[in-house]
Formats: sequence, C-alpha cells, structure tokens
Amino acid sequence: MTQQSGFRVNRSRGPVDFSKIEKARNAQTALARLLPYIKPFAPGLTLVMVCVVVYTLMGLVGPYLMGAAIDRFIDARQLAPAERLAGLAGMAGWMLATYFIGNLFHAVANWLMAEISQRALKQVREDLFTHLQTLPQSFFDRNPAGGLMSRLTSDIDAINQAVSQNVTALAASVLSGVGIVIAMFILDAWLALASLLVVPIMLWFTNFVARYTRKGFRDLQKQIGEMNGNMEETISGQKVVNAFHRNASAIDSFRARNTAVFKAGVYANTYALLLMPLTNVLGNFFVIVLVGFGSWLALQGLVSVGIIATFISYGQNFIEPLRQLANMYNAIQAALAGAERVFEIIDTAPETQDTPESLPLEKIAGRVNFEQVNFSYVPGQPVIKDMTLEARPGEIVALVGPTGAGKTTIINLLTRFYEIEDGQISIDGRDIRSLKKMDLRRKLGLVLQDTFLFSDTVMENIRYGALGASDEACIDAARLAEADHFIRQLPDGYQTVLNERASNLSQGQRQLLSIARAILADPAILILDEATSSVDTRTEARIQKALLRLMQGRTSFVIAHRLRTIRDADQVLVIQNGQIVEQGTHQQLLDRRGVFYDLYMSQFKGMAI
Amino acid sequence: MQHIRKLLFIIRPYWKRSAVALFLLTSLVVLDLLIPRLFQLIIDEGVNKNNQTVVIQTSILMLSISLVSFFMAIANNLFSVQVGESVARDLRDALFLKIQSYSYGDLDHQKTGELMVRLSSDATAFQRMVQISLRIGTRAPLLMIGSLILMFQTSQSLALTMLPLLLVTSIVIVVFVGKMEPLYKKVQQKLDRLNTILQENIAGARLVKAFVRAGFEGQRFKTANDNFAKNSTEVMQVQSSMGPILTMLVNIGMVIVIWAGGIKVVGGDITTGEIVAFINYLRTTMTPLTMMTMLSNIWASGIASAERINKVLNTVPEVQDQPQAAGLSEPVEGRIEFRHVSFQYNSDDDACQLVLEDINLIAEPGQTVAILGATGAGKSTLVNLIPRFYDVSAGAIYLDGADIRTLEQEALHSLIGIVPQESVLFSGTVGENIRYGRPEASQAEVVAAAQAAQAHDFIMKLPEGYAAHVEQRGANFSGGQKQRLAIARALLTNPKILILDDSTSAVDVETETKIQDALTSLLQRHTSFVVAQRISTVLKADKIIVIDNGRVAAEGTHQELILNSPIYQEIYDSQLGGGFNLGAPGAAQTAEVQP
Repeated sequence: MTQQSGFRVNRSRGPVDFSKIEKARNAQTALARLLPYIKPFAPGLTLVMVCVVVYTLMGLVGPYLMGAAIDRFIDARQLAPAERLAGLAGMAGWMLATYFIGNLFHAVANWLMAEISQRALKQVREDLFTHLQTLPQSFFDRNPAGGLMSRLTSDIDAINQAVSQNVTALAASVLSGVGIVIAMFILDAWLALASLLVVPIMLWFTNFVARYTRKGFRDLQKQIGEMNGNMEETISGQKVVNAFHRNASAIDSFRARNTAVFKAGVYANTYALLLMPLTNVLGNFFVIVLVGFGSWLALQGLVSVGIIATFISYGQNFIEPLRQLANMYNAIQAALAGAERVFEIIDTAPETQDTPESLPLEKIAGRVNFEQVNFSYVPGQPVIKDMTLEARPGEIVALVGPTGAGKTTIINLLTRFYEIEDGQISIDGRDIRSLKKMDLRRKLGLVLQDTFLFSDTVMENIRYGALGASDEACIDAARLAEADHFIRQLPDGYQTVLNERASNLSQGQRQLLSIARAILADPAILILDEATSSVDTRTEARIQKALLRLMQGRTSFVIAHRLRTIRDADQVLVIQNGQIVEQGTHQQLLDRRGVFYDLYMSQFKGMAI
Repeated sequence: MQHIRKLLFIIRPYWKRSAVALFLLTSLVVLDLLIPRLFQLIIDEGVNKNNQTVVIQTSILMLSISLVSFFMAIANNLFSVQVGESVARDLRDALFLKIQSYSYGDLDHQKTGELMVRLSSDATAFQRMVQISLRIGTRAPLLMIGSLILMFQTSQSLALTMLPLLLVTSIVIVVFVGKMEPLYKKVQQKLDRLNTILQENIAGARLVKAFVRAGFEGQRFKTANDNFAKNSTEVMQVQSSMGPILTMLVNIGMVIVIWAGGIKVVGGDITTGEIVAFINYLRTTMTPLTMMTMLSNIWASGIASAERINKVLNTVPEVQDQPQAAGLSEPVEGRIEFRHVSFQYNSDDDACQLVLEDINLIAEPGQTVAILGATGAGKSTLVNLIPRFYDVSAGAIYLDGADIRTLEQEALHSLIGIVPQESVLFSGTVGENIRYGRPEASQAEVVAAAQAAQAHDFIMKLPEGYAAHVEQRGANFSGGQKQRLAIARALLTNPKILILDDSTSAVDVETETKIQDALTSLLQRHTSFVVAQRISTVLKADKIIVIDNGRVAAEGTHQELILNSPIYQEIYDSQLGGGFNLGAPGAAQTAEVQP
C-alpha cells in the first residue's frame, strides 16, 4: 500500500550509492548485531505482534462474513424476506465491527512500529557517531572524508529504507497468508489445494527474475558509481577544466559513462519490472482458476457461490504477501549489507583509551621533552629517528626543514594523534602516555596547516576555541589575529555564515580565523603549523607581534617555511629526514653557516641588500 | 507545472514511444475492467443457471485475456523503461553540457555538492516521474472512471450510494498529500543538518580532537539526531496510518454494498452475481486511489526536482563569446593592457564592494609582472580577469590591442597557462596530469616541464615514476608536490602568457628558488604574471604592482619601489627586517619585542 509511495528522503543523498543491491557477506551476524538495538523495545514489539495477530485475524474474518452474508441471507431464498433482511443487517453490523477493529489494530501496530524502528535507528546512528569520535587520527588519514561520508550516509540510508518499508506489513501479510491457507482448507479442501499450486510457481518465477535483477542492479550501481565519480571530479575541478579548455574531452568521457549507465539501467529495470506483470498474471491466473474450478465444483453441487466469492477475496489477499516478499527482498539484503559495514566501523579499534591509572594534568609549567623518540607511519619506514629535544617553559621552539622532513609528525606525536614506537615524550617530566588524553590536548593550542572551518557563523567558529567565551572575547581574539578588519567587511560581519568549504573567504583569511580561535583557547602550549603560509607578509608581521605577546609565558612550537617568522625563536631545530641536524638560536645557526644558513639565504637570493 | 513544461523538450524525442506505452496502458485497464464483468457472467449465467459450457468458455476467455494483458504489460514496461532511462540520460547530458559552459562566476554561486545532486538525484526524480507516469499514470484515473461506469451499469442505485464514500476518500487523500509535503521537507532539512555535522566531524576530525570537543560535537549530533528521528517518526506514522484509513473506507463500501445490495436482492431488484461483481468494482475503484497518493508524491518530488534542474539549465553563463568573436591574429605578441579596469563579484548588486578599482597596467611581450598585496586585496581576482574567467565591470583588458571580450574564449585560453592558488589534480597518472593541457606532448617534453617545476626528482622517487597513480584531487600528494605538478602542467602548454597565482606557497624556500631559476630562463619567451607573497619571488620582475584595497598603490621595479614606495618598503621590511642583522630597517624594532 502506501509504503511504496516512498520515504525517499535519504535515498537521494549520497551521489555514490553502492549499497543498494549488495548482499551482506554474513547476513546472520549483521542481524544478530542489530538485535541488541531492538531488545529494549521488547514490550512494545510484543504489543505490535498482538496487534498484527488481531488485525490479520480480522482480515480473515471479514471476507468470511461477507460470504456468509451472501449464502445465509442474500441468497437464502428459502427464508422469509423479513428474516433475510434482519439477518443481513446483523451481518453488516458484524462486518463493520470486524473491519473497524482490524484497521484500528493495524494503525496502532504501524504507529508503534514507526516509533520503535526510528528510535532503534537513532541509537545505531548515535553509536556510530560516538565511536567515530574515538577513532584514531590514522583512521581519518587513511579514509578520505568524501568516500567515508558517502559510504556512511548510504549505509544508514539502506537500513532506513528497509525499516520504513514497513516490516509490520510484511509480518502481517505472511501471517495472513498462513491464516488464509488454513481458512481455505476449512472452507473447501479441493479449492484450497488448487490455490496452493500457485505458491511454488510464484516463488520460482520470483527467484528466476530476481537473479537477473540482482546482477543488473549490481552492474547499474557500479556504472552509476563510476559516472558520479567522474562528474564529481570534473565539477569540483571545473575551473581548471575551463582554464585548460578541456571541456570537450570532459564531455566525451562523461558521455561514455552516461551511456553505460543508460544501458545498465535499461537492462536492470527491464528485468526488475518484469516481476510486476509476472506476479500480476499469476495472480490473475490464480483467481481465474479459482473461479473456473469453483464454478465447476458449484455446478456439481460441491460448493456454494458464497464460498467462491470468499475464495476470490482470499485469493487476492494470498497473492499479496508473495508479491511483497519479492519486492522487499532487495531492500532487506541492502539493509543488512549496510548494517554490516556500520558495525565494521563500530568494531574498528578506537585510539588508545585512558586507563584508570591515567593521571589528570592540572596547571603546567610547559617543559616539553622528547627522549630518543622513534616513529613510523608505515612499519619499516621510520619518519622520526631517535629524536631528543627539550623545550623549556616559555620558550619558542621553531621547527624548520624541507617538506616531508617530519615536522608535522612531531606535532602529531606531541598531541598523541599518533603514539610513539619507543622513547618517551614528557611534559613537565611526566610521560604523556600516563596522562589523561583530553587533559593533555586541552593544554595544547593548535593552529593547523589545513584550516578547517565549520558551516556556522564567523563568531561561532572563533568561539570553538573556548565554548563559554563571550562575544567580546571572540572579537578581541579576532582583533589580535588581525581578522577583525575583514570580518567587519563581510555582509553580516561576525554573524556571516561560512559555507561548505568556507569558499567565501580567501585562504589567508581562513588562516587568520583559526589563529583567532587558538588565541581564544588560551592554551599552555601553543603550536603553529604553517599557520600563516597564505597570509601576506605585512599582515603576518602584524600578527607576529600579537602572537609574540601571546607566546609570552607559554611554550610554543612554530613550523614555518618562511624563515622570517621564526627569527624570534629561542631555539631553532633544523629537521631533515626525521632527525635534528642543527640546533641553536637563529643567530647561532646563521653564524654556523650550515644547512640553516643555506636555507635562510636562499630566500633572499639576489635581493638587493 | 511550468517547470515540467520547460523540461518537455527532454521528453519530446521519445513522444512516439511514450504514446505507445500509454496506449498499451489504456488497453490494459480496459482488459482489467473486463475481468469482474466475466466473474459476474460465470456466476449468473454459469453457476446459477447450471450451464457448464458458459463456465468453461468464460474461464478460457478470462485466461486468454490475462495472458494478453501480461504481454501488453511487459511491452508497456519495455517502452516506459526505454523512455525513462533515455530521459534521464539526456537530462544528465544537458546538465553536464550546461555546466561545461559555466564561467567562474557561475561556478562560484553553485557548490559542487549541489550540482552533483542536480545531476544525480534530481535527474533520477524526474526520470521516476516520467517512467512511473507511463506505467501507472493513466491507470488510476481510467480504472476509477471505468469501474464507476460499470458500477452504474450494474446497478444505478447501488452505485449512487458509493458516491459520498468516493468523495470522502478523495478528501482524505488530498488532506494527506497536503500534510505530507511539509513533513517531507522538514525531514529533509533535519537530515541535511545531521549529514553536515557528520561531514564536519569526519573532515575536521583533527581539529575536534585537538580542541577536545568530542563532548560538544556529540551533543550537537545528538540534538540533530533526536530532531531527525522525531520528524521521521512523524512522517512514518502519518504515512503508515494512511493504509488502514483507506482500507477502512473500502471496507465500509463493501459493507454498504452487502447491506444495501442484499436488500435489493431480497427485493428482487438485482442478482447475487451483481453484488459479487460490484464488490470487485469497488476494489478496482479504490486501489487507484492509493495508487494516486503514490503518484502525487512522485509528482511532487519530480516537480521540485524539475524546478532545481531548470535553475541550472536556465543559467546564462556570465561570460560568453560574442556573436562576432574572432580568433587570434597571428603572430600573437602577448602584450596585455588593463585600461581603467574595475571589478566587483556581484555586478547586479550595487551595494557590493568593488574588488578592483581603476586598474591601469601594461605588460609588454616577454615581461614579468609581479603582483603583491595584502590578503584579500584582489590579487587573484586581477589575474583571473586576464583569461576572462570573469568579465570586467568597467574598463577593458586588451591583448595585443584587441579587447579580450571580442576574442573567442577558447582561443584566448589556449594562449594562457595558469597555475591556480589551489592546485587541483585529477585522478589518473602523474604523466596524464602534466599532459592535461596538451595531451599530445611527448615524454621528453613532459620530463622537461617537470624538471623546470622541480617535480622530476620526486616523481622519479615514486615506485612507478610518471605512471604513478594520482588519486582524486591529488589526495596522495603533499601540498608542495601538487603545486609543482600544477606548475609543470601549465609550463607544458608552452603558453604565451603564464599566470602563477601564489603557486609556490606550500613549497619550501629552497625548492622555490630552484623553480624560480628554471622559470627565469623559460619565462623570457612569455609574458608572465606572478602573484606572490615573498619579495624574493618578485625580485627579478620587470614590473612590480602593489595592490592595496583594490587599487594600484605602487608600480615599478624593485629598485624604484624600494626607494619611493612606503608600502613596498613595509613589505620588504616585514620579510627581511630584524633577526639577521643585514642592516635592514626594522631590526631594532623587533628586538624590543623579543621576550
């Protein structure tokens, strides 16, 4: 019935949607994993089942009463007209009551089921999200955001689809199918046997068609995935496509994929839609056989006309569950496959958790020590080799060196985004692994190379640094970060909503915002990872002054390509291939005329001094 | 509705096939309506009159009819699938073509995600509307009308009793559709919100961890999740109560038929067979009603999608070739001149600020023009005007004396090699990416371009060298590597005009210097525009333009500017001053700040 009208809301979401037809590798495990989510609703579900039984029964009684009304009163010419009319009125009353109770219980069952299923699904989503947050940074580094996102949405959507297809309807129709068979046998064994013949035929056809359909849809999903991937890439890089006037070849490659989708779509849908007329014609055959055979039996005086009418009614109700089963088969398979992958993520090991022995980190002086630290992202390819360094409280430590030397990795280790392999990192002499991770991170203020802004107002984005901060405090922070001026020029000032990738701001402006955020956070240890790479040097010089003020009394780590920004550092560490190759103050290193001197001079090469 | 009409051109080529599908559908309905008639015949003429021949003949007739309708249904499906899929394909094609004609301004207004939705789910919604309409569209109304006629034929008085019921049912459906529409919209909004939070927490995982905001984000998600669950429960409940309500209405009809019809049978007005047939007609009248709720949902979403699709299709690209646009007059010298150029991003909006104001500048063939200025000053905008990615709001830009608006865009673009601020790579191999602007380039040329961009060395370190795989958007390369590949890509096109838009910001200084050296030898043959932050980058430029608040604040060579431009001196100081005692001004000032 109405469930076909479609709760399509989510279906239209992710552009790539592989999950629809996919089969769960292990349907039973996925189902078993879903059970705990349903368990809390056991009483509600019992109630639903009771309702389903009642309305199924009423669904059986209804046609029976109708047949009885025809046979016992309408057709009963041997009775007096008054008697027939009185009986008929009574019967009509009973029918009305039966139908009313049946439909009422049906509605209640649906109502309850919607509540239960949505609450269970909500829990699944919440668990998924909560677990996502505990996953180590390496998980997010390995799984590109776009792919992960479209996978998650389509998986959750697949589960949602199956649930909103109304499980009660299925349960009810199966139940009523069984009931109908029983009722038919009670009424007339011969007619019932004839009716049952349709079941194996129907199942065989369904299975036969479903095999092609499944293959067709799997192929279609694959083609759609490829087309969407191609489209996404072209459109997101559209400006480059235009700049290199490659539009013609972009169109060619799109058309090829578009045509492939068309062909796959025709194939898959032709088979899928075969099922409808097939089941229809079988259903018709079934009813016709019933009528023909029944009429013949009636001619022999074996059955009454009323029984035939009842059988026709039953027959149509009997075909329905078979048809629904065929329709829902794919949706259920897809839901289980989706559930399986959701659980896969829930089962991914979280980042190392705090143990009961983990200690809180209160006020700190800010001494940071690396002692013979080793680390590699990929086993066998060390990124940090035997590194030892010390940052005294309040010091500014600059990390310089070529791309890929391991500077950002040092930050990743200090924040425990990644865990070191051996050696020790300590803050105020305490091994950071013995500390509560949240406490540790609260002490660190990060301005990252890749600025990330939320689709919220400018104000809220700054406030992210300290949730309780007042608007004034946020504006002060923005002022210190030299961001106030441009924010005021935005259409709605601090209330301007930043879009998707904050494309309404320039790269440099985004960096200024994330600096404001860090300033507001007021951390004990400040970490600036290429924080001003896209900011022009004059603005940078002004921020620099603010930052220097901010850095007073805090330990700071500064990573920069532009070496001008680090001349205020108390010590400069030159990193190459995961090792510290030079160490000293800016001036000392220049005097040494080594690696740093060459790096430093290269940026002034040819400049008239 | 006018949105659908505007998209009719997509369906027009398939009108013949659509007509056949609709014809088959109509015939199917007629056959469907015949069956209850035959039921009546078999009972009244066969069973009740003890006529075996009628029973057998009618049964055979019914079987043949349903067999015929089976094949007709299959044929209808074949045609409607064909039309539906073709329409979807053509729609995607039209949308994609349109997007290819977009200029930068148009692209700024449309997010990738939105365009993707137009091409995928909106196209699908439209397709579904077409296809399902062809499959059941006329079925519902025809079935209703047909069975009503038959009902009246069977028993006029009995049929009249059904009219109020039909009216009630129609009202229920209209109310239902009206109620569902806003509910759907609300659920969609809540879902968008939920997905946004999920997306942000995945893409910004590092930030959430760094600021220890898991609790905050968890709360944010929980709120959104609760809201979504609440709304979708509501939708499901309203939606699923529709079934029992409609069934109840049909049931009431049946009771009326049995009761009122029974009275008539007792009175001898009609036969029992007529009642049985009547009940069947009732079913066939009512089922289309539920079908129509489904259809109206599909049409509602189809219309909404059509509206969004039309928005894309009806966009007139901001920048277009003029009707008399000319090719280039050979040989191209590469002289670029800005004459009183002003620009604002939203030219319809007077309140919108001018990004560039009255810019005058001349780049002689072979010259290098460097552009300096504060964050957000308009540097990138200025260079984006040269390839006509945006059209100037006032003034004009000339290439070899010809207004670039009179040239064919493609010819203009073919002259220009650009390295954008954000380096976008495409999936494929490293070699393919470098060849992007000139697919026919030889391997030797590719290597030469890569060498000049200082990319050759790291490429050779990759296990597969130039055949190494590049992931979408170059996700498997570092920022500096991507920039160097983008530079190589631009160099390979051997452009007459080269534009480097802060394209070495993620490259370390040493590498940048090497790129500079390589470019210096190459760039002599090109006119080039270099947007930069570092003074060292612009040192050798023939002309340095300092942009401040959208205006040219200073212009000249390094030597000239260092002497007479305060703003340039300030920039110079900000990079060279202090720390390293080279006698530059500013050293004393910073020394004070040092803690």
